[in-house]
Amino acid sequence: MAIKRIWVMFKARNYEFFRDKASFGWNFLFPFLLVAGFGILFGAREYVEYKIGVFPAPPGTLDTAAIEIPEGLKTTRFLQFVGFASQEAAVAKLRHHKIDLVIQAGPAPHLYWVSDSSHKGYLVEKILQAGLMPPEIPAAFRKGRVASAPIRYIDWLFPGILAMNMMFSALWGVGYVVVRYRKNGTLRRLKATPLTAFEYLSAQMLSRLFLLMFTLAVVWFGCDLIFEFNVLGSLADIFLMFFLGSLSLTALGLVLAARGVSEEFTTGILNFISWPMMFLSEVWFSLEGAPEWVRQLSQIFPLTQLLQGIRKITNDGATLVEVLPEMGILAGMTILFLSVGAFLFSWD
Amino acid sequence: MPPILEVRRLRKQYADLMAVDDVSFSIPAGVCFGLLGPNGAGKTTTLEVIEGILKPTAGDILYKGQPRTAAFKNEIGIQFQHTALLAMLTVQETLQVFQSLYPAAEDLEHLVNRCQLGEFRHQRHENISGGQRQRFLLALALVNRPQLLFLDEPSTGLDPQARHNLWDVVNQIKADGKTIILTTHYMEEAQQLCDTVAIMDHGRIIAQGAPEALIRDHCEGVTVVLPRRRFTQAQGQPSLPYRIEGDTVRILPANIDDALRELMGLKIDLSEMTVQSPNLEHVFLNLTGRQLRE
Repeated sequence: MAIKRIWVMFKARNYEFFRDKASFGWNFLFPFLLVAGFGILFGAREYVEYKIGVFPAPPGTLDTAAIEIPEGLKTTRFLQFVGFASQEAAVAKLRHHKIDLVIQAGPAPHLYWVSDSSHKGYLVEKILQAGLMPPEIPAAFRKGRVASAPIRYIDWLFPGILAMNMMFSALWGVGYVVVRYRKNGTLRRLKATPLTAFEYLSAQMLSRLFLLMFTLAVVWFGCDLIFEFNVLGSLADIFLMFFLGSLSLTALGLVLAARGVSEEFTTGILNFISWPMMFLSEVWFSLEGAPEWVRQLSQIFPLTQLLQGIRKITNDGATLVEVLPEMGILAGMTILFLSVGAFLFSWD
Repeated sequence: MPPILEVRRLRKQYADLMAVDDVSFSIPAGVCFGLLGPNGAGKTTTLEVIEGILKPTAGDILYKGQPRTAAFKNEIGIQFQHTALLAMLTVQETLQVFQSLYPAAEDLEHLVNRCQLGEFRHQRHENISGGQRQRFLLALALVNRPQLLFLDEPSTGLDPQARHNLWDVVNQIKADGKTIILTTHYMEEAQQLCDTVAIMDHGRIIAQGAPEALIRDHCEGVTVVLPRRRFTQAQGQPSLPYRIEGDTVRILPANIDDALRELMGLKIDLSEMTVQSPNLEHVFLNLTGRQLRE
């Protein structure tokens, strides 16, 4: 192994990345736009679980003080009240599941409508009925409290978007690029030199790691300046976890790059791997409540391990010791993928 | 002293196609050896097997009398027929990258001067012209001071000026004493550059030797070409062997002096006459019945 050859190939790959201005810019812009978009959509607003249509009332979001509905409903959190001029207009929205329940404003008895096919409608109906319960019934229960800092959706989503961007960049930046080089004959030209496959693959991997961590740092601190994320754990631990994730995802990219000669086929394989990984690794939504086999399946993805570790650190303030299982699995995956990639690799 | 390269009974088979079929040759150090043949003759495959890019199906390849080792790559330079390079780099940066891949490297300024890269050394290699690119690829092949240089169709696609320019550079490399193996389907290129030529067809070598010797052994001498309308004005029946090809008549005389005397004696107008010396194209034609570029 010659460090000099790895270094020169590392530099050459970095030149390619930094000089391709469009691709370079997009690498930073894409995650930033996603975070900014979700920040604007969800960041500043209070969390809303259910929407209740009220008629007759002025259109738009209603102030509960100004409408005559059961008091228990008014004081329940996470409900949004939307005004409609008529019953027909409100029920039409209910029929299309745009709202979860319709109630007529005015004195008791209160008239309300729910959709039989809406599970949210079923639940909000129970909330409505609970609000009408006599006070002695809740007294039969004892309540315990858990103190926790509020976690905004953007705080939960932000690591997911960064990890997803990392996944796409690792898989495409290594898998697709090496296949393109194989197809256009660049690898064949390099094969004629003393450069070994191990040196070439090491340079590709190191270059991508450097670029991933560089992008991560820029996007993380850039977004944090704007959104002021709540991070309970250590920033160094977070970056170490991301580094391990980058390693395993880049190594997976090397497996995909090992043999392919068709860019179209490689695109298909990359999509086949990256899309399920994106949806089942809790980038966008939690898998709590999903079937057990889906949750078990999600554990085979490096992105899942990465995100579990990152969220434990950012949202729960976990230390490195507490995320050792995720770190160990990521390290194991890296070794496995590297071994398979190196074994399968072909210049031709 | 053993030849710098010896190839013995080399074969390369792809499924139903025998791309290289029982090819043998030996190249002394310091000569330019040409593999001449039409497209698909097996020249590039032969070259790539020797270079180590492809594995042979059978046969032996000896470098300096020994089987090739890992160090073989350090001592050869290759100019591929079709290749791509690391994107977004300038000509100079690409040369520097390739320099760093070898234990011993040629001086960059020497390469730039030798291959005339000065005008475009700071341009991205994707943006240079065809002739510039071929000289650049030649410089890349020389970047490790190779003892054995492989040039695969070095002037294909170049205009005549760029081709002659490239030949000048190759002749200078020859003068440095390097051994060159080149493939070409241009007989003129082979005659200009090669000391020895092996003519390939359908994966086999069908003739081998110095260009002059091949011409002497496989061609009949000069050909006198006349417009047919001039030939039909002869005052008498010529005794010379000839054949009619469309609007021209090709005369194949045993002795050119006697032939010219006879034609003048027959009062044939020789103002549009041309005399063609045989070349490697004719050797190939005589051996296979086909043109090199068919």
